[in-house]
Amino acid sequence: MKKLLTTLLLLTGALCAWAGPDPALVRQLAADDNSDKIAAIQQLAAAAEPGTAGILQAMADDSLYVLDDKLFVFDGENTLDAFSGETVELPEGADTITVNNRLRGELANALAALKLFDEDRAVRLNAARELQSNVGAELAPVLAKAKASESDPHILELLTTAYAKATLQDADPAVRLAAVAALAEVQTPAVRSLLLPLTDPANEADKLVREAAIQALKTIERSLAWGDTLAAVFSGLSLGSILLLAALGLAITYGVMGIINMAHGELLMVGAYTAYVMQSLFRSHFPELIDWYLPAAIPVAFFTAAAVGVLMERTVIRWLYGRTLETLLATWGLSLILIQAARVIFGAQNVEVANPSWMSGGVELLPNLILPWNRVIIIGFALFVLFLVWVLMNKTRLGMFVRAVTQNRPMAGCVGVPTSRIDTMAFALGAGIAGLGGVALSQISNVGPDMGQGYIVDSFMVVVVGGVGQLAGAVWAALGLGIFSKLLEGWAGAVIAKIAILVAIIIFIQKRPQGIFALKGRFADQ
Amino acid sequence: MSAITSALPLPASGRVPLTLRVFAALDRKAWIALGVFLALALVVVPVLHLALPPENAFHVSTYAITLIGKIMCYALVAVAMDLIWGYGGILSLGHGLFFALGGYAFGMYLMRQIGRDGSYGADLPDFMVFLDWKELPWFWLGSDSFGWAAFLVLAVPAIVAFVFGYFAFRSRIKGVYFSIITQALTYAAMLLFFRNETGFGGNNGFTDFKRILGYSITAPETRLVLFGLTAIALAATLVFSAWLVKSKFGRVLTAIRDAESRVMFIGYNPLWYKLSIWVISAVLCGIAGALYVPQVGIINPSEMSAANSIEIAIWVAVGGRGTLIGPVIGAFTVNLAKSWFTVSFPEYWLFFLGLLFIVVTLLLPQGLVGLWKKIMSKKQGAQA
Repeated sequence: MKKLLTTLLLLTGALCAWAGPDPALVRQLAADDNSDKIAAIQQLAAAAEPGTAGILQAMADDSLYVLDDKLFVFDGENTLDAFSGETVELPEGADTITVNNRLRGELANALAALKLFDEDRAVRLNAARELQSNVGAELAPVLAKAKASESDPHILELLTTAYAKATLQDADPAVRLAAVAALAEVQTPAVRSLLLPLTDPANEADKLVREAAIQALKTIERSLAWGDTLAAVFSGLSLGSILLLAALGLAITYGVMGIINMAHGELLMVGAYTAYVMQSLFRSHFPELIDWYLPAAIPVAFFTAAAVGVLMERTVIRWLYGRTLETLLATWGLSLILIQAARVIFGAQNVEVANPSWMSGGVELLPNLILPWNRVIIIGFALFVLFLVWVLMNKTRLGMFVRAVTQNRPMAGCVGVPTSRIDTMAFALGAGIAGLGGVALSQISNVGPDMGQGYIVDSFMVVVVGGVGQLAGAVWAALGLGIFSKLLEGWAGAVIAKIAILVAIIIFIQKRPQGIFALKGRFADQ
Repeated sequence: MSAITSALPLPASGRVPLTLRVFAALDRKAWIALGVFLALALVVVPVLHLALPPENAFHVSTYAITLIGKIMCYALVAVAMDLIWGYGGILSLGHGLFFALGGYAFGMYLMRQIGRDGSYGADLPDFMVFLDWKELPWFWLGSDSFGWAAFLVLAVPAIVAFVFGYFAFRSRIKGVYFSIITQALTYAAMLLFFRNETGFGGNNGFTDFKRILGYSITAPETRLVLFGLTAIALAATLVFSAWLVKSKFGRVLTAIRDAESRVMFIGYNPLWYKLSIWVISAVLCGIAGALYVPQVGIINPSEMSAANSIEIAIWVAVGGRGTLIGPVIGAFTVNLAKSWFTVSFPEYWLFFLGLLFIVVTLLLPQGLVGLWKKIMSKKQGAQA
């Protein structure tokens, strides 16, 4: 009786002093039984009185003290009385309230719910996001309250979802029905697993709710399927753009000039290591411009790889024109030398090339479709390089000469085209483009001495499928192979997909030995 | 044996008995060389290994026997490669696949021979226990029988080569296209064998063999028998190849290499000639693989890597294409250099190998045998 009286007294006192949380509930936070504590937390959160957040936060931080009937909040400097809010001395013998993991979870939820009433939009948004997962029925009242006072449409949307999740187990079928209807609008995998139990009569007695849930699941499945397919197509495009970058240089050296360059993968490696070197240079000399190392690496990589290409062409390849099998072996030798050189210079371990900050993160189009910026940028970069090559080959004098030499070498020589210099230039161009591809690769895969070996088979496949001597063929083949293999990966796994692609290419070559885009003309024997 | 061309003029028709034709495949000098080689491998090496104590300067160590045995397997592969490349003009970059298939086929038998001596003490090979498999997959049926394993060693490479070759040659894929596609083939197979679910031990492949036909696989006697068998297989392959390239079949094959269209217009169908030599070459590789695995004691998917298959081509190129002794010389030169380099200067081996590829293609298109011939003819020219 005395206790009740004091409570009443304190209650009135507190209400007069500052409209704080219900002292009885606050007192209950110090209860011996955990379920009493939880009940108190939930009710405090549901009431959402001002001042509650401070107390709960203190409890979560292990700085809520209890002595007999009194609770104290220690905010780092001062100790406040939990009921009156007055600054007091922490009495001797006051103990913190024990908080276990379960309580911590409850506290986090309750705090998030309380933050829904914050002035700051960003705080409210974060809280609403936090409440999207593991939200319980006890938060329904506070969510309803927050919903009523929320003006921001985005937060409101999140709150509606959270409210629907919280009321999914409500006793009233009409409330459950409304919750299902609200959730049907949110198409994420998590909602799917929430709605799935409701289709079972064992869990859900009401027929209307069951039907609504089944209906909602159908829409969600459809939208998720779309998201999955789009995600596969996007990663296919991304893979295709990488293949394209790897194969474009090859399309020039092999497709146009007929040189089998097995060291092509190592030219990619040269480009990737150039990006690494540029990154180190920027780190040590211009740390404030570190995000710009990548754009700076692009021209440097082009010219480095082109220089390596010129060296290769002048010393080895030029003596082997027309002897393709020998070229293959000699360039394989070159590739071994380049690999070992990279090992000696940079060590056998992979080196770390970081994404610049503007390339990290992504854009979320659908709940299960996130496009990472680095992939998007690489697709754009591939298009840029493609455009560059197209312009070079079709709109410049060099490109014209290259095409002339390809079509008829002696005739081109007769009309004054310096064929041997054109060979060197064209090979350098192909090598430089490989260097550009290497820069792109450095952003998404490991940079190491062996990195080029993984791409050589793939890039030859692109050129072979696309048809020799055709840039357009290489583009279509790269995109086709990329998308096809990603879609296959979706239901067969990466290795099986790769094998299936290789087998498909072998069969495809049976039907069209000249590739998709065959050169027009008759070739009895070559 | 460098002068492989026979002194005996042969009638074109098949009236001469086969034994005589096989005998005529090599000239007198070559037969003597072959005899010396076999005597060394079958008598001298075993005696020096078993009879002499390890301290003796003439003792042949286990390391040397394993190394030479391994290189003889490689030489066998190189001869097989030369048949298809040197005589058929088809550069395969996928011969490592057939070698590994033969090795895996025989490795299955060796795995079963471990019995319950594996680290899990189970009936199944260790890696299957590790994967929690309860019984052997269907393709392991019969793998405990030596005869079946030996059959698989021949049949699996033959079937794979036949199916692939039939489709490739039928659509007249040749030259570089063919090389790249064979490379893709072996690459795909390597990926497949890397998977644990494929049932061939995944990454680790087969290893830790204990015995073969009941004999301990590490016993010196077993090693010597395997060594001798490899030598016999190599010698037999050389004789067989010499006979083959000199037969009518071999001549048509060479003609296809030099002018396929012309041969076709005369009325031959190149498909079956190419396909036959392709399958023969694959089977020889399979045999080499089967001999390689018990001597080296391990087989794993990296044998199928594209790099390995290209290395086979360089053995042939270094020795000299289109001669039969060339590949053997090449395989020995390159691999001895490799074991010396990887021990003494591991950093420089790839530089050396890379330079070898370049130097041989640029300066020695006929390989060491061609160089030898050139030097000899210069000498003779100087004497005359």
